[in-house]
Amino acid sequence: MSFNLLVLTCLGYVVLLFTVASAAERAAVAGRAGWLRSPMVYTLSLSVYCTAWTFYGAVGYAARSGLEFMTIYLGPTLVFVGWWVVLRKLVRIGRENRVTSIADMISARYGKSNLLGVIVTLLCIMAGTPYIALQLQSISQSFTVFVTDPTGPSLATDTTLIAFWVAVGLAFFTIAFGTRTLDANEQHPGVVTAIAVEAVVKLLALLAVGVFVVWFVATGPSDILARIDAQALPEWEIQPGRWTGLILLSAIAIICLPRMFQVTVVENTNDQHLATASWAFPLYLFLISLFVLPIAVIGMELMPAGSNPDMFMLTLPLHLGQDGLALLSFLGGFSAATSMVIVASLALATMVSNHIVVPLWLRVRAVRQRDTGDMRLLVLSVRRLSISLVLGLGYVYYVITGGSAALASIGLIAFVGVAQCLPALIGALYWRGASRNGAALGLIAGMVLWFYTLFLPSFGPEVFLSARVMESGPFDLAWLRPYSLFGLTTLDPLLHSLFWSLMVNIVAFCFGSILSFPSPIERVQGALFVDIFDRPGTARSWTRPMAEAEDLLPMAQRIFGATEAQAFFRAQAELQGKQGFLPDITPEFLEALELKLAGSVGAATAYAMLAQTVGTSVVSVDDLMAVASETAQIMEYSAQLEAKSEELTRTARKLREANEKLQTLSVQKDAFLSQISHELRTPMTSIRAFSEILMDADGMSDEEQIHFARIIHDESIRLTRLLDDLLDLSVLEHGQVQLNITTANLRELIDRAITASNSVQAERNFTLHRSRDREDVDITTDAGRLAQVFINVLSNARKYCDAADPQLRIKVKRRNGMVDVDFIDNGIGIPRDKQALIFEKFSRLTDSMQAGGAGLGLAICREIMHNLGGDITYVPGQGGAAFRVSFPMQLEARESSARPATDPAEAAE
Amino acid sequence: MKPPRTQQFLGRESYRMRRLMDAARILPVFALVLLLLPLMRHSPELEAPPTATESVYLFAVWAVMILLAFLLSLWLRRALDPADKGKRPHRAGPSGE
Repeated sequence: MSFNLLVLTCLGYVVLLFTVASAAERAAVAGRAGWLRSPMVYTLSLSVYCTAWTFYGAVGYAARSGLEFMTIYLGPTLVFVGWWVVLRKLVRIGRENRVTSIADMISARYGKSNLLGVIVTLLCIMAGTPYIALQLQSISQSFTVFVTDPTGPSLATDTTLIAFWVAVGLAFFTIAFGTRTLDANEQHPGVVTAIAVEAVVKLLALLAVGVFVVWFVATGPSDILARIDAQALPEWEIQPGRWTGLILLSAIAIICLPRMFQVTVVENTNDQHLATASWAFPLYLFLISLFVLPIAVIGMELMPAGSNPDMFMLTLPLHLGQDGLALLSFLGGFSAATSMVIVASLALATMVSNHIVVPLWLRVRAVRQRDTGDMRLLVLSVRRLSISLVLGLGYVYYVITGGSAALASIGLIAFVGVAQCLPALIGALYWRGASRNGAALGLIAGMVLWFYTLFLPSFGPEVFLSARVMESGPFDLAWLRPYSLFGLTTLDPLLHSLFWSLMVNIVAFCFGSILSFPSPIERVQGALFVDIFDRPGTARSWTRPMAEAEDLLPMAQRIFGATEAQAFFRAQAELQGKQGFLPDITPEFLEALELKLAGSVGAATAYAMLAQTVGTSVVSVDDLMAVASETAQIMEYSAQLEAKSEELTRTARKLREANEKLQTLSVQKDAFLSQISHELRTPMTSIRAFSEILMDADGMSDEEQIHFARIIHDESIRLTRLLDDLLDLSVLEHGQVQLNITTANLRELIDRAITASNSVQAERNFTLHRSRDREDVDITTDAGRLAQVFINVLSNARKYCDAADPQLRIKVKRRNGMVDVDFIDNGIGIPRDKQALIFEKFSRLTDSMQAGGAGLGLAICREIMHNLGGDITYVPGQGGAAFRVSFPMQLEARESSARPATDPAEAAE
Repeated sequence: MKPPRTQQFLGRESYRMRRLMDAARILPVFALVLLLLPLMRHSPELEAPPTATESVYLFAVWAVMILLAFLLSLWLRRALDPADKGKRPHRAGPSGE
């Protein structure tokens, strides 16, 4: 078979995956993800456990050690069959806390400690690198099996080069589908669907080879069993230690491997899926393992002595002249390797960005004061970079070790590495007393021992540890020999390392937890995790707010983007029964915001970001009492009462707000009366005075007469304008206005408004930023009235923007039939306490007469917009005063005389 | 004289559900014990281990495990919170006792 055909097949297969993944992404975006989130897709995505190590290595493993290969699949089977015990709790906690990775889970449980996040991330990278290298190795090895012509293209025989290009290709795929968006809870429908397809391919390939071997090479199951016994070697004897140890190890690995955590916990959307997976995933593993031993036995029988059993899956069909079958098998192996690399690098990249880079960046930013970069782009770039980095590390490991070791042993080294997370993870789920210090101690101790007794020796003698150290220990201390620490000589190296690292890990974890005193946040989180099924609500860790919602909005905007953040704040405000974009800073609101942030950047970072803005959170004794188990039971009883009183609180808050508004309005009304008298009186006085002068006009020159008459004229114009405004407002308020609905172009309207408003403080030079293309919208509305609103807002900006270099941005957005026009200047904006008042009549922020109006402008604007079926609102936190004028693109003809909902202020009049 | 047969418990349904949860917890333990049996069948007089028989035994245990897990999952589904579907079957204390 030619090398080019092989490469073409691979490329075709990858194109197919691309198509599937992007179709799934599109379906998910369009909200048609129903079938994507079916239990079967979930189960199939779990098959990422079966890597190239399974596909090629299991046969080799079976040829070397008989039935022992089954342990790797029996352990996970036990965990899934027993899903009710561990997985159900793990998945529920993960979903409710929007956990993004195993590092995030551990860090969130132990007081949102980033230290633990970093430790786990480093551990997972160290353990993951050899594993990724293993996949690269198996792909490049499988390529070379096919190439029998040594004079072919040089690429065909250079395994390092093949591995390089495979790594590049996989990095590209993962970046394309794993880092498309910064999802609210780190789920990737495209990747998951592609993985599910790969799962089917590898299963079919293995079954095809198996069926061929059992029914076409041998004559059936009984013949195969006879041949198995004939081929059985003495080494195939089941060794009790390894058998038990490996079942345990693989059971741990299925929980702790970062990629398994990603597909099992992070991508889970529903408990029901886990119920299906509890039998379907063991079934998948069963089918995968069923034909491994027959293939191995037939391979040993038919293949020439000395051929590599790890490649029987390919060499056997080739040897028997089944090129098509061999190609299918090759694709199966390719699928197995690629799916593992994609998910593993995605999971590792999430950890690196959430626990190492983003916290570092935040710290640097905190030192250098804030700037308003868009964090989303940063986080995504970091993810992309991390994916490349992780794959690069895998490639480097492959080049260094030369890819010579048998496949199975590398996989097991990684298993022991990630197993170090187990004590901290299980403690997180079941032991409220487990503390951050204990977890950190245990993780570090276990990691060091694993590193010394298994990881470093795995590079082979003379790479990191010399043969002398391996033989007689460092400094000739025999009890420190890496493979027989403290004189344990009877265990094989793998079990030896597993035993020591886990044992010391657990001891350190327990001692650390028992002796240390956890912080309040740790205790709250501990109760939250351990009692997840007993608690209806969440405990709170935010009590004393010190920030304004206005400070939090810009931060949230940097993570979620402006539209989503504003929508979230508005929804939260609505929940509290408030209007506008700024909810009260209640602990509930902070909880919700933190949870939403955690879904994007991980718990520790989210907590740190909030703490930076809000100030350190203080957990009071009351809060701790609330999470203690005794009180929890009483809370159950009072839950209903609480709900009731919550509703009362909300009503009370509404009433209080209305009342405050009424009082302000009453004060305003008094002010208004004196204001209006004053406003009317001033021109009146001068009119009277000057007309008296004119009455006895003897001895007055013509110029003087004209001058006085002009003053009288000007003053009466001023009076008329004031009365006009009042009249206009009253007409608008009572809905008696006649709208003159026409079709107009928004851009022309804005142009007109800008020209008209230029006369206000004409000496100031404003820089305008607008996007003329976006403004090109045809609207059907009362154009004259709308232009009036624009002119008013623009004139206000000209009057009140106090920046030395005044700038004004006009942004137009369309969303389902509505048009939003934002006017944002770069002045100091409007103080928080004044924002609710500016739309009221006769409110002026400055008491001086500099404004030259009666303070009716914005009140009229609001009435106009209500009449046009829209609204004008103040948008806080945009770096200046920002007004959003929104209105429907097509204004329907007026529906009866009903006015838009009156607000309390107007009802009071 | 025999007392008339009466229903002893009112919450038979939820009682049964909790026992099924117990079964779900016990199942992996029994399975593990069965998987460890081959270790105790060592026969020193044989030169090579009886791999064929053992493999048939292990796959049979495996298949039974899958079957039992399937049956249990059918029942236990009801105790799960209905996450996305609108229907909400009666809750039978998902936390156990």
